[in-house]
Amino acid sequence: MVEDIRLMKGNEALAEAAILAGCDAYFGYPITPQSEVLEYLAREMPPRGRLVLQAESEVSSINMVYGAAGAGFRAMTSSSSPGISLMQEGISYMAGAELPCLIVNVNRAGPGLGTIQPGQGDYFQSVKGGGHGDYHLLVLAPNSVQEMADHVFLGFDLADKYLNPVLILSDGAIGQMMEKVQFKPYKRPRVDKSWATVGKPPTRMRNFITSLHILPERMEQHNLMLAAKYKEMEITEVRYEEMNTADADYLLVAYGLCARICHKAMDIAREKGLKVGLLRPITLWPFPEQRLNELAGQVKQMLTVELNTGQMVQDVKLAVNGKVPVSYYGRLGGMVPTPEEIVHHLETLTNYHHAN
Amino acid sequence: MQTELLELATEPVVLVPQCHDEEVYEQVYHRPTTLVDSPMHYCPGCAHSLVHKLIMEVVEEMGIQEQTIGVAPVGCSVFAYDYMDIDMQEAAHGRACAVATAIKRLMPDKYVFTYQGDGDLASIGIAETIHAINRGENFLIVFMNNAVYGMTSGQMAPTTLPGMHTTTSPLGRDTSFYGFPLKISELMATLQGSYYVTRQVVNSANGVRRTKKALEKAFKYQELKKGTCLIEIIANCPSNWKMTPVETNRFIDEEMVGTFPVGDVKVPKAGEG
Repeated sequence: MVEDIRLMKGNEALAEAAILAGCDAYFGYPITPQSEVLEYLAREMPPRGRLVLQAESEVSSINMVYGAAGAGFRAMTSSSSPGISLMQEGISYMAGAELPCLIVNVNRAGPGLGTIQPGQGDYFQSVKGGGHGDYHLLVLAPNSVQEMADHVFLGFDLADKYLNPVLILSDGAIGQMMEKVQFKPYKRPRVDKSWATVGKPPTRMRNFITSLHILPERMEQHNLMLAAKYKEMEITEVRYEEMNTADADYLLVAYGLCARICHKAMDIAREKGLKVGLLRPITLWPFPEQRLNELAGQVKQMLTVELNTGQMVQDVKLAVNGKVPVSYYGRLGGMVPTPEEIVHHLETLTNYHHAN
Repeated sequence: MQTELLELATEPVVLVPQCHDEEVYEQVYHRPTTLVDSPMHYCPGCAHSLVHKLIMEVVEEMGIQEQTIGVAPVGCSVFAYDYMDIDMQEAAHGRACAVATAIKRLMPDKYVFTYQGDGDLASIGIAETIHAINRGENFLIVFMNNAVYGMTSGQMAPTTLPGMHTTTSPLGRDTSFYGFPLKISELMATLQGSYYVTRQVVNSANGVRRTKKALEKAFKYQELKKGTCLIEIIANCPSNWKMTPVETNRFIDEEMVGTFPVGDVKVPKAGEG
C-alpha cells in the first residue's frame, strides 16, 4: 500500500486531520496566524456534507461549538491568542456542562494584540483554567506538522472519552511551517451520545445541557465529580517524550517549537561534552510531574526554555519540589532562541554550578 | 372531581359528572402534556409561566415534541428546561442564538427555538442575535421584554422605558445619559434574514390568544426554511416593577405599548406564508 505522505503547513495538516477524524462542524473567525484552518475547511468540508460556519466573533464560535457538541456532533473551533481569550467564557461553560469538543490555539505573542509571531504566553491560560471556575482542559502541545495532525484524532477521542473540551496549544511557527505529514488510518471509537439534545422521543426523559446547579449541595457534588474525572486524566493521560535522559546531568524541559530548538541545543551541548537530556511534555495538562520528580533524583539541574517570561517553569518547580535547581530561559515578543543561545545559557548555568 | 380532572389531564376526555342534574360536561382545557408537571419558580403573576405554557401547547398540538429543541437563556427563565418537556440546552448569557444556530444547521429538519429576556437578547447578546437573524437562521426567537433584568432583581435593561425607575436608574432612566429603549422588533425587521417579526402582549385573554397564534405561525414557518422568526412579547415583572399583577397589566397597556407598539412588524409576503 502506498503511504499517504504529503507536504503541508501545520495549520492545513490540522484541518485535513479534522476532516479525516469525522469532524461534523467547524466554527471559526479569522485571525493570524491560523486563518488557514478556517480557509481550508471552508473549501474542503461543505463538499463532504460537513458544516463550516464563519461566526461573527470568537464568542459566537465557541457557543456554536457548544450547541453542536450538545446535540452530539463532533465539533471544533480554532483561533489564536486574542480569540482564545474571547472564548474563555464558553470554554468554562463547556467544561461545566461536560461537552466534548476540540479547540485549537495557534499561540502568538502577547499580551493584548501583541504580534502575530509565535509565542507560548498562553501556557498559564491553557493549563490553569483560563475561564472562570474550577476546571481543567486536556492540553496537547504538538511540536511538528505531523503532531498537528495526530493531535486532532487524539484530541477528539479524548474529548469524547472524558466529555471534556480538549485544547491543542500550538504556536505560530508550528502552524505556519511546512513539513511532511502522514495520515494514518483512523478508526473512530464508538461513544455513547444518548445524552445529546436531538429531540425527545416518548421512550426517554428529556435531555438537557447545562452547567447550572443552583443548590450548593448539588454544585459541590458536580465539582467533586469533575475533580474525580481530572484525577483520572492525571493518572491515565500524561504524555511526554524523553531524549538522552539515561545519563543526563542536565535536563532541558520544553514543549512545542522550543522542544525542537532544545533538541538541537542538546546535540550541540553533547558534542561539547555536556550530558544534556530533554523532556518534552506532550500533554501540558495533565503535566508529566511524576517523571520530572523521578528525574530530579538523577540530574543536577533543570532548565525550561519557553517563549514567555517563565510560565511552565513554575510547574516544573512544583514537580521537582526543591530537589534540584530549576531555572528558565526564553525569548519574547515573537523572537525565538537559537540552539547556540540555549547552549551558551546552559554553559553559564553549569559553570556556575561547578564554581559552587 | 378536581383531583380526577388533574389526573386525567394527559388527554382530553369527556367526563360524566356524578351529580344529579342531567348536564354532560366536556373537558375543553387541559395542561399541555409537553409541560412538566412541577411547580414553577416564577413570581406570582409573572408572564413567563404563561408563555412557557403557550409554547408547549403549540408543540403538543403540532405533535412535534420529538422534533423540538429549545435553548434557554441566562435570566429568570434559565430553568426553562425544568418545565418544558423537550430536549433543551442552557446557553451562556446572550449566546442562545449562536447555540441555536449550530443546532438548527446540523439538524435542519428539527424545530428549534430560543427563549430569551431583554438583558440576554437586547444587551449582552445583541451581536449573536443580529448575526443569526441576518444569516436567516431558520429558528424561532421568543423574546420576553419586561424592560428590566428580572433575575438579578430589577436593574435597568436596554428596553427600560424613559423615566422608568429601576435599581440602577433610581431616579428614572435618563435618556441623555443612557439613551433610549431599544426597539428590537423594528430593528430586526430591517434585516433581510428575518421572515416574521411580531410584537404581542399577554396581559389580556385576547393578547394571549394572539400570542399563541403567532407562536403557531412561527413554528410552522420553520418548515419553509425562509428565515428567522422573532416574537417579542411585552411581559410584566410584578416583583421588580413593584406592582400587583393587575397593576402590571395596566402598566403594559398604559406605558409599555406606547413605546413598544403591539402587532406584526414584518410578515411574509403574500402567497409565502
